[in-house]
Amino acid sequence: MSIDDLVSHESHWPTRMGKAFLCERVVMRGRDLHQDLARMDWFRLHLFSVTGREFSNAQVEILNFMWVVTSYPDPSIWPNLVAALGGTARSTPSMSLVAGISVSEAAIYGRRPERKVLDFFYRLSSAIDQGSSLEAFIEQEIKIRKIVCGYGRPLAKLDERIPYTLEKVEALGLQHGRHFRLALDVYRYLKKTRGLSMNIAAVNTGLIADMGFTPEQYQLFLTPCFISGMIPCYIEAKEKQEGAFFPVRCENIVYQGPPSRKWPA
Amino acid sequence: MERNPPKPAFTYTTGIWQDIPHDDDPFAPAISRCFGFDVHGDLLKNAGWFEYLLLLFKGEPPAHWQARLLEKVAMVLTNPGPRDASVRAAMAGGTGGSPDATVLIAALGIGAGQQGGAHEVETLVNAWSHCDTELTAWQAFFENPDKDYVEDVWAPYEHAPGFAPHGARCAATIIHSLEYLASISQGHRLTWLQAQRPTLEKLQQKPLAMPAVIAAAFADLGLAPSQASMLFLILRLPGAAAHALEQRALGWKASPFYAPGIELQDDPGAHPLPDISRFDL
Repeated sequence: MSIDDLVSHESHWPTRMGKAFLCERVVMRGRDLHQDLARMDWFRLHLFSVTGREFSNAQVEILNFMWVVTSYPDPSIWPNLVAALGGTARSTPSMSLVAGISVSEAAIYGRRPERKVLDFFYRLSSAIDQGSSLEAFIEQEIKIRKIVCGYGRPLAKLDERIPYTLEKVEALGLQHGRHFRLALDVYRYLKKTRGLSMNIAAVNTGLIADMGFTPEQYQLFLTPCFISGMIPCYIEAKEKQEGAFFPVRCENIVYQGPPSRKWPA
Repeated sequence: MERNPPKPAFTYTTGIWQDIPHDDDPFAPAISRCFGFDVHGDLLKNAGWFEYLLLLFKGEPPAHWQARLLEKVAMVLTNPGPRDASVRAAMAGGTGGSPDATVLIAALGIGAGQQGGAHEVETLVNAWSHCDTELTAWQAFFENPDKDYVEDVWAPYEHAPGFAPHGARCAATIIHSLEYLASISQGHRLTWLQAQRPTLEKLQQKPLAMPAVIAAAFADLGLAPSQASMLFLILRLPGAAAHALEQRALGWKASPFYAPGIELQDDPGAHPLPDISRFDL
């Protein structure tokens, strides 16, 4: 890298991703948006924008299903809580929802674990290709990283999405994918050896790995996925009395700091 | 309003803040204390803003030099200038007439990055805790800043953190900032960085960048990596705000429109628009 990289890009941005020829046409990833891509529904276009690929009907159906069954309109869920606070504080729709989407890049749920789960499945299948056993790889993973991402859920033992998702996967004939089967095998092993549960992220990510997403593509694809659950939370908090979403009285700030003192002169 | 409701179940726990309610309104504080200090009855009269900021993050009143150093760091950061990506993002919001908070959200989101942004500062403050003033430890870190990397929303570094990947020389603005901040710090990191800058730049074949200076200052202040990241983000917002407001006032025609510089390399070709003559428009 050098100053030449800056100079050469001051007035020039070559792209294969797209361009808007306003009043004429728009190109995305080499295809005309209005003449060609407009036959897609928005969800397929979203997938195309992320990956540059098109997916089979069964794949699109399960990907769409993942979004639908995770749209929980419950304001106790953290991104939804953020959106509801936006409603009660009378912030704008876009800012409240963007705030909720932003915090979805969380450490214990959402975007960060999902990337790690995908990475784990790719490393697992690669290790098996190189002669390792599933059991040995999992034990090594636990030894080095302490956890296996996607297994063990913070707040509940049974993830209610799993039975519905497994049923859907079977109905769509997607149950034979290598990584999907590995996701279940990992669960069987962790349940037997450690009594761990399986998160929906493990099931979903096994399917995603079978479709060949990179971790970056996976995150880009999922970034908007909580928004349909957030929206009702925002609407209701905004429709009710302002400032009235679980207000906090002074005594409910439980103070555990130093006692009262004077600022040094 | 019900004055004596049942004891509520939902609480937040904090070592930072205490609100003492009025007798007739449990939601209205008569006194708010920060780490035990009465904010409105004591701090407001007797402490400066940077003393208060350091109290808030560290839990104890800072020494005079620490508050002064943070104030001067804030001055260095106050306006990254309109060439900075975070300020350009804010200006893009301003020029289109977006609400005030949205331009700051844009500045925060883009200024969070690891090329000149908050994540680079966080990485460097973390590195100070491992490398301190050991040149060989720093060299090992620069050669492999992603040691022990695991898959994450943050990508591996594409440059040695703290250096300008495209730079031809260390900007005088950075040298002046480093010199002055080192002169008022009673910590050892800024002075070490100032003394070692030529050596480090020679080893890296790249000039030092501002995140390295700011990270050394935050490390001298004893801030943790995430505290440094947060303060870096907060203290750069004034410039983003001022430039966004200026661009909003200037109007969109004054803003660069990059379309002529965008060269499409896989153009499927033009098609005629649909014939809508029958609509008699």
